[in-house]
Parts: sequence; C-alpha cells; structure tokens
Amino acid sequence: MREEWGRLVALLLSQFRRIDLAEDALGDAVEAASRTWPVDGVPDNPAGWLMTAAKRRVVDRLRTEAVAARKQQLLLTDAERHQEGARTMADSGSLVEDDVLRLVLMCAHPALAPESASALSLRLVLGVPTSDIARLFLVPAPTMAARITRAKKRIVGAGIPFAVPDASALPGRLDTVAQTTYLAFTAGYAPGTGPDLLRAELSGEAIRLARVVLGLRPDEPSLLALLALMLLQHSRRDARVSDGRLVLLAEQDRTRWHHDEVAEATRLLAAPCLGGPVTPLTASYVLQARIAAEHATVASAAETRWDRIVGLYDLLLQIAPSPSARLARAVAVAEDRGAAAGLDALEGLEIPDSHRPAAVRAELLSRAGETDAARAAYDQAIAACRNDVERAFLTSQRDGLG
Amino acid sequence: MKYLVLLIGDGAEKPWPEQTESEQAAAMAKFGEFDRACRDRDGVELLAGEALGDSAHATVMRTSTDGRVALTDGPYAEVIEGMGGFYLLEAPDLDVVVELLRVLPPYDIQIHPTVEVTS
Repeated sequence: MREEWGRLVALLLSQFRRIDLAEDALGDAVEAASRTWPVDGVPDNPAGWLMTAAKRRVVDRLRTEAVAARKQQLLLTDAERHQEGARTMADSGSLVEDDVLRLVLMCAHPALAPESASALSLRLVLGVPTSDIARLFLVPAPTMAARITRAKKRIVGAGIPFAVPDASALPGRLDTVAQTTYLAFTAGYAPGTGPDLLRAELSGEAIRLARVVLGLRPDEPSLLALLALMLLQHSRRDARVSDGRLVLLAEQDRTRWHHDEVAEATRLLAAPCLGGPVTPLTASYVLQARIAAEHATVASAAETRWDRIVGLYDLLLQIAPSPSARLARAVAVAEDRGAAAGLDALEGLEIPDSHRPAAVRAELLSRAGETDAARAAYDQAIAACRNDVERAFLTSQRDGLG
Repeated sequence: MKYLVLLIGDGAEKPWPEQTESEQAAAMAKFGEFDRACRDRDGVELLAGEALGDSAHATVMRTSTDGRVALTDGPYAEVIEGMGGFYLLEAPDLDVVVELLRVLPPYDIQIHPTVEVTS
C-alpha cells in the first residue's frame, strides 16, 4: 500500500487539483479498506478499488462545498467547476511526465518552508503516517499535523501548481527536491536533539524518496549524487551505535557496514552524467560522497587516505564553503598531519548552537597533551550538547583525561 | 487565480535616480518586455499596472470607531516605503507569475493572491 500511496495521491490530484481533499479522501478509502477487506476479501485490483473509493469521497466533498457555497449565494455552478478543471488540466509545460513527479515537485516547491516541504514529501509521496513524521522530526504529533495542513493550504492559497516546469526551470526545481530530501535524511542521520543518536528509519525514508524521483528521472545528476552520498552515510548505521553509545568511525566494526550499499553508491558515482559540468549543489554532493567513499572502501581505519580526504575537503570548501565542512576538514588535517596542524585549521571556527567545534578542539588538545585546555573544551562542549548519547560520550572522554 | 504583484524594493537593482540614462532605458525596456510576455502567455491577463509616485506624496487615511477620519502624510514606512509600482494580473498559478516576473529588473517583489468574491 505504501508503495502505491504517492501514485494514488498524484492520480487524484491530476483529476481534482485539490490537495486538501485528495489526501483525506485517500486516507478514508484506506480506512474503509481495512474494515471491509478482511471480511469481503482483498479485491483483484486493490489500487483500483482504493482509487474508486477515494474519488467518490472527493466528489461527495465537492458537492457539499457547492451546496454550502450556494447558501452563501455564491454562484459556483458545476459548469464553472468543469471549465476550471479543463483549464488547469491543460499543461503548459513542454515535457510529458509522470503525475508522481508533479507531486514531488509540488511538495518540494521553493515557496514552501524547507521543513514543511520535507514533511509534506514524506507524507504525500511516501505515505508515511503523520504521527511517524512527527516522531522522526521530534515534534508533537498535533504540531506536525498542523504544519502539514498549513503547507497544504498554502499550496492551494498561493497557487503552487501541480505541474512540471519547462526544461529550463526543471533542473533548479529538482535541486530543491534534492535539498528537501537531504534535509529529511540529515534529520535522521544526525539528530541535533533528543535521546537517539540516529533515527535510521527517517534516513531510510529519505533514500526511498530519492529512489522514487530517480525512477522518474534516472539521469538527474543532483539526485544521483545525493543518493550515493546518502547510501554511503546510511551504510554505517548499524556500526555507529553500540549499546546506545556512540562509536567513532575509527572504532566501528566494519563488517557491520552495509557493503552492498557502498557498492551501489560507488556505481552511482561513476555515472557518466556526473563526469560533465554539474551545478554547485551536485558538485558538493559528489565531493561529500567521495569523502564518504574514502572511508567506506578501505579495510581498516589505519589505511584511510587522509591526504586525499583533505584534498577533497579543500575542493568542497571552494564550491560550498560552510563551517561544518571546515570543521570536518580540520579533523582530516589532524589525522593527516597531527593534532597541532588540526588545531591550526580550527582557528577562529565557530558554529552557532553547536557543540561540535568545542568537542573536536577538546579531542585535539587532549592528543596534543594539553590536558587542562582539553578539559575546559570538553566542559564547553558538554554544556552546549543537546543530544543525550553524544553528551554521555563527551562526558566519558572528559572523565578519562589523565 | 488573480495576483497582486507589489514591487516592494530595489533589491539587486540600482536605485532609479542613481542609474545612467542608458540603464534607465534598459529598465524601461524590460517593463515593455514584461507586458508583451504577459500578452503572449495563454491564461495570463494583465488587468492593471502602475508605477507609484513619490511616497512622500502618499496619504494614510484612518477612521476611528466613532467615524472620525484622520489623514496623515506618508505611507506606513514599514509596508510601502520605496514601493515602486504594482501589477494586478490573472494567471494559472504561482510558477507562471514567477516565470513572467523574471523579465523585470531584479526588484524585491511580493506576490499576493487575491480572494475571489462573486456576488
């Protein structure tokens, strides 16, 4: 059922153009199915059954609305409605595309707030229940329900179309889809707050979203590169935590990495479309994926080619400078050329609301034998850390100082 | 849908008085191009559009609960200071509006859907 969800929502939207009604109607149809199928048996064409039931609901709602509108003496005749339907059905885009792609583009429209776009994509394209999305993004379920409802209303109110833009605008829009997907992934990969170190299910859903879009646009560079990056990061999920504790890259049990996913990512990175000129966003995904691949493809931590990793970070900082990338480069520099060089690379680096610069500084100071300075940096990192597992790790590191 | 498009600020465009004559001519040409692009586009109709005069000549009218009218000079600074003009246009969706507006100089623009009231 979950596999069909996005396709059914898209089909309903292509007929009725009312995102607010389409999804509720499908939810009702699924609920009806869960009651009647166990009794009457599963129909021959389950998706067709759901589609018919959902359509009936939408038509009922439209009728109710029309009656209510007449009471307010607003003339909204069926004829007008049909005319409007016919007008919006005429696609001005120059491409013929799958309805699901229109749905993906609508959910990840740049006029929506990025967090709303991520949540909406998981809900409408993948059919992830709202309560699960709330749990994954660490907000109460009613808050998430309200956020999703607001986003749906905004789609209708602002006139965000259910359409594929023409070829000149499409790559930019697919970049937004990639960013939306990556936001969902990182929310699971490195949750900033709360009790879990990672929420692998959310990362898994983001990967599924990327696969859905790639199923429609197989040669889209930004999504290929992003899928490779996500697979490489996701492949370590089982080794990153042990008994609820953080395990650093160097100490991870590499036999627990998902090597099939690493192999798939390596294949993706070799795609011809990533060899030519690409957008800065795609280039930044490719470089991050190459960095992750350096780790994923060596047999032990000792064999890591830190010199190559530093070089890749240098390129990444040229294309997409960010404090997080500078921090990661400093770690690589420390591994390649020693703690003192790493501390030099950290000079002046701050990330608002993040404990990570202080945590790295503490580790490097400790390696450099500056125990007192290291303890002070650990204290600073612990005070700023809002993730329970990471805080426990930092505390044990500090307490282990000589 | 009907959209009110407000040109709310210069954005990346050099302020009008600082522009050379040829820059001003180029900006004007873009407005002409926008008119044409709207005319040529299916489902789009430019219903109105004006450049606004100096905001120092604007007037704010406020009516108190007892019906007295108070007039003050100047617009609400935080809303329309520097607003240069507006368009009212009919368009199928937001993407079409955004695509058409890309023809204009790079102003900051607010795109506001209107409410359809039929009686």
